[in-house]
Amino acid sequence: MPRDITYREAVREAMTQAMREDDSVFLMGEDVGVYGGAFGVSRGMIEEFGEERVVDTPLSEAGFVGLCIGTSLMGMRPIAEIQFSDFITHCMDQLVNQAAKLRYMFGGEAEVPLVLRTPGGAGTGAAAQHSQSLEDWFIHVPGLKVVMPSTPYDAKGLLLASLDDPNPVIFYEHKLLYNKKGDVPEEQYRIPVGEARISREGEDVTVVAAGLVHHHALEAADALSGEGVEAEVVDLRTLSPMDHETVRGSVEKTGKLVVVEEDVKTAGWGAEVISRIVESESFYALDRAPARVAGADTPIPYNKNLEAFIRPSPEKVIEAVRKLLDVKVGVYS
Amino acid sequence: MNHKELLEKMLLIRAFDEKVNELYAEGKVHGTAHFYVGQEAVAVGVISALREGDVITSTHRGHGHAIAFGLDIDRMAAELLGKASGYCHGKGGSMHIADVKAGMLGANGIVGGSMGIACGAGWAFRRRGEEKVAVCFFGDGAVQEGIFNEALNLAAIWDLPVVFVCENNQYAMSKSVKTAFDTDTLSGRASGYGMPGVTVDGMSLLEVHEVASEAAELARRGGGPTLIEAITYRYLGHSKSDANLYRTREEIQQWRKRDPIAHFASELEKRGELQKDEWRELEHAARERIEEAFEKASEQPEPEPESALEDVYA
Ligand SMILES: Cc1ncc(C[n+]2csc(CCOP(=O)(O)OP(=O)(O)O)c2C)c(N)n1
Repeated sequence: MPRDITYREAVREAMTQAMREDDSVFLMGEDVGVYGGAFGVSRGMIEEFGEERVVDTPLSEAGFVGLCIGTSLMGMRPIAEIQFSDFITHCMDQLVNQAAKLRYMFGGEAEVPLVLRTPGGAGTGAAAQHSQSLEDWFIHVPGLKVVMPSTPYDAKGLLLASLDDPNPVIFYEHKLLYNKKGDVPEEQYRIPVGEARISREGEDVTVVAAGLVHHHALEAADALSGEGVEAEVVDLRTLSPMDHETVRGSVEKTGKLVVVEEDVKTAGWGAEVISRIVESESFYALDRAPARVAGADTPIPYNKNLEAFIRPSPEKVIEAVRKLLDVKVGVYS
Repeated sequence: MNHKELLEKMLLIRAFDEKVNELYAEGKVHGTAHFYVGQEAVAVGVISALREGDVITSTHRGHGHAIAFGLDIDRMAAELLGKASGYCHGKGGSMHIADVKAGMLGANGIVGGSMGIACGAGWAFRRRGEEKVAVCFFGDGAVQEGIFNEALNLAAIWDLPVVFVCENNQYAMSKSVKTAFDTDTLSGRASGYGMPGVTVDGMSLLEVHEVASEAAELARRGGGPTLIEAITYRYLGHSKSDANLYRTREEIQQWRKRDPIAHFASELEKRGELQKDEWRELEHAARERIEEAFEKASEQPEPEPESALEDVYA
């Protein structure tokens, strides 16, 4: 019997189940208590767990994330919520210089099992300071893991896995995914951090995506199917560590690669996906230059049309694939 | 409280940092290090007020806190020489010495960087109903950072068992407290958070010990945090290289006259707890101990180069 619940509910269910099982797990963030979090993710949790475990903080991102890091050194399992991922700048030092580094600089003699959940991404008309996709910053910091589930099923399984992980994990949710429904088993299950998934099989082109835009990739693939092009879609699910093996396997099959990412193009994670292919033996399997569909190199504008203009969309993915298939480059064509 | 042992701790800290200073000058230690010479009474005074199970967080100027907390001199020396047998297996060096399992939650190279962490330790104690205390050491420079405000406020609203110990050694590198603040004391800030604040003579071990004991007891009983400002002075440069351009020789001399070790030793002599000039013997013994530690450390093997790739993730 499929049980359709929303992405929001899936995240909440993972937190709730983990907290029932382990008294050392707690949620801390701004307005996560009676308000239920800015996006309602923790609604109802304070009634079950009380204010000692669903903790409303003052506006102190550095302070409470630092506090969570301290509790993790002491063997607790904190979940910090940053209300909008843009505000992560306020706890950057805590993440980059503390959480990511303590284990290494202490010579492996400490663990920091912190989970930091935060909604990222654009599409809400909230303009430049409430819409960014800054996940690349953290991919660039060894010691942190970065997870970005695109479905309710993955959100639950990856959050439970992140909570088991002895390392700091930045867990990116997407505001436009919160209402998305999907089949999610009630019992606990884990999706390993660092494993991509082939969400649609195809022979003609590999489309690698993550998060919200993974759905753009799937939509595009369905449309392209009507034109006789069968795209294989890879949902990375975790951005760090990145599952290059799954991407390689797919590219070696299709010979063509398109990356779809919501972050800005320059130095975005798509560049890393492509570089890893290009510097490996899989390079020789390519019969076209890889392509990227990414956010434009601009802040996110307020006007809806402007916002849509600079963001990836299913149409832009379709266009990119068509273009890739049109162009005759390389010796294999 | 064994006063003679406290004196020995201070002597050990001083001998350690004087030795490290010397090794830097000779090019035998690399990177950077910040010396605690002059501030010994603060670390020893505060930590002697703690009990088994309490924890501390430290700073870039952390050797004194580590020694006072009881870390092993041999493993500290080995870490400074980058050896595999050091506390961090050669990956941390001077600014990251830690023994998390023992409750020394780490020196920290970011000014103010461990203030949130100390609150976290306090949170864990409070949640578990343990009557333990986290001491957060930091300098006047950290009071200038934003996280100072956040950490003190969080500790205050949640009554966390944290003792904030600001070592006001008059300078943040070259920045004098006289130009960094427009207030007479830093402890005065405490009232803005609704916690007790006290300024104490950081050159007097007994006075530091007393205020720290009170603050620790308050925290243990669920009474929340205290901000202690210990007025002290660092004798040596900010770090290994410092031409003292921002202060005068006279000023340094004036402070040296109030030396915390000499001060405490003569106090003990007066009380008859120490023979006249016995402390010179103790000083000699401390220096020997440090010599031995660095000698042993220098014979330790280097870490394998490949170990640089380990411990990024657990
Ligand atoms: C965030 C940050 N800014 C600047 C520095 C460089 N720095 C290291 S120590 C220091 C002065 C710190 O002064 P204080 O906190 O009073 O401690 P003290 O050195 O006097 O012990 C500075 C500027 C740093 N390590 N971290």
